[in-house]
Amino acid sequence: MAAVIEAQGLTRHFGGLRAVDGVDFRLEQGEIHGLIGPNGAGKTTFVSLLSGRTTAQSGRILLNGEDITHLPAYTRVRRGIAYTFQITSVYPRLTVFDNIALAAQSRGAADLAPRVRAVLHRVGLDQDERTLAGALSYGHQRLLELGMGLALEPLVLILDEPTQGLAAGEIAGFSALIRSLVPKMTILLIEHNMDVVMELADRITVLAAGQVLAVGTSDEIRRNRAVQDAYLGVDHAVG
Amino acid sequence: MTESVKVWSLHLGVLALVFAAQYVLPPYHATNLARIMVLAVFAMGYNIAFGYTGLLSLGHALFFAAGFYGMGLPIGLLDWAPVPALILGLIAGGVLAGLVGVLALRTAGVSFMIVTLMFAQAGYLTLLYLNTWTGGDEGFVVDRAARVIAGNDLSLDGTRFVAAFGLFAAAMVGCLWLVRSPFGRVMVAMRENEERSRMLGYDPFRIKLIALVLSGIYAGAAGAAYGLLFGYVGASFATIQYSILPMLYVLLGGAGTVLGPFLGAVLMFYLVDITSGYTDAYLFVVGAALVGLVLFAPRGILGNLRERFAPWLP
Repeated sequence: MAAVIEAQGLTRHFGGLRAVDGVDFRLEQGEIHGLIGPNGAGKTTFVSLLSGRTTAQSGRILLNGEDITHLPAYTRVRRGIAYTFQITSVYPRLTVFDNIALAAQSRGAADLAPRVRAVLHRVGLDQDERTLAGALSYGHQRLLELGMGLALEPLVLILDEPTQGLAAGEIAGFSALIRSLVPKMTILLIEHNMDVVMELADRITVLAAGQVLAVGTSDEIRRNRAVQDAYLGVDHAVG
Repeated sequence: MTESVKVWSLHLGVLALVFAAQYVLPPYHATNLARIMVLAVFAMGYNIAFGYTGLLSLGHALFFAAGFYGMGLPIGLLDWAPVPALILGLIAGGVLAGLVGVLALRTAGVSFMIVTLMFAQAGYLTLLYLNTWTGGDEGFVVDRAARVIAGNDLSLDGTRFVAAFGLFAAAMVGCLWLVRSPFGRVMVAMRENEERSRMLGYDPFRIKLIALVLSGIYAGAAGAAYGLLFGYVGASFATIQYSILPMLYVLLGGAGTVLGPFLGAVLMFYLVDITSGYTDAYLFVVGAALVGLVLFAPRGILGNLRERFAPWLP
């Protein structure tokens, strides 16, 4: 399989803190790739490096083989890397339609309204077109956030804790929606909810203390001793 | 009635009423209205930067004055015809806004306000320093012969009103079209959440610079027209007062509304006009009005109206 995104020796330190420390990473075309790790493992910093919100100190990032390490964030978005925010970041004083339209017109203004409505339909917000985004329920704002990501028609969609704060019923719908996006899109999923990650992800990368601890399928990760140690914080006495 | 029809009927209706006013109003008020329309164009430009894009500038007097001198100097020194001089005034406003923007847009918020203020003060002092050509404090009168376009003498009340209206109508239609366009939506997105907009693929610097240049073109056009219609160019138009005026108009009428700057200009103009007839302390009344506004209607008149009754108002 071909790598959509490839990171080589990616590094970002904040003072003495090695937030991301020489990470090699491959995101294969059409996969759902989970990114997990204990709190402070560097997950958010790592995806900030990929999306360009933070600049790398060293290492390279390739998008379909092309070096994008030094491109600003907005250019990377236009090249096809979309990032949805961990803390819901919609435009509360604009309508749901305008929120999606802002993302959609970033790909060009032709046929804007039908494209916006197609996305609204996909995330199930058809009825709320004229509603102000700030008036939506939290779960619907998360859907709107995801819709903005979809409207960018990206190659890679980075979802930063998409199910955080959602009710169990909403999570099921969300998972089904995310699964329907591949293989056309490639998904990088940062998630604390292990059930969601294990169920959705084709492969999982585990970060700990800014470094890659393990990469593998959900079964492999579940069985991995180093991963268990990192999460439980103790060495297992019996083996 | 679709939203589009509603929006255009309202704005074209207002334009028709304003045009008709010249046949009803006594000459004193008709001349005032011509002046207000030109000032409203300046305020509409300010509103593009401040109301829609969220750029709080204190330097718009510089772009306004660029219009005056961009128009007045070629006429005074080089005997240019009025139409190319007007166009040069408009371009001067846009170019200066672009130059200031390239430097000032590295900052945001209060710093942006201070940097733009600094540039405007530097511009004002430059005008005084170059008084050989600019006339400094006293300014200069635009020759009456140079104020005739295709046989229409702009120093006459009737022609002046029509000319001011033409500019006002073009500016309003342009503004309405702009804010309802996809680019207008991106301007608002910058105001509402710059970081989110960046992550939707928009370059904040580029968007804000374009908005500021458009704003400067409006200010330049208004300055050039003001100088030509009322026959005077002077450095007083580059003072801080003329940076604050459009802000007051916009705040009063409603920031981020197309009609707000005009409504604010009418009310503020007459508030000053009427109160200054009774007291020298008319600025005290203006101040009190603004305090009341901030306390009871912080979104301005049309902003409040939109919030409560007319969410469709652009």
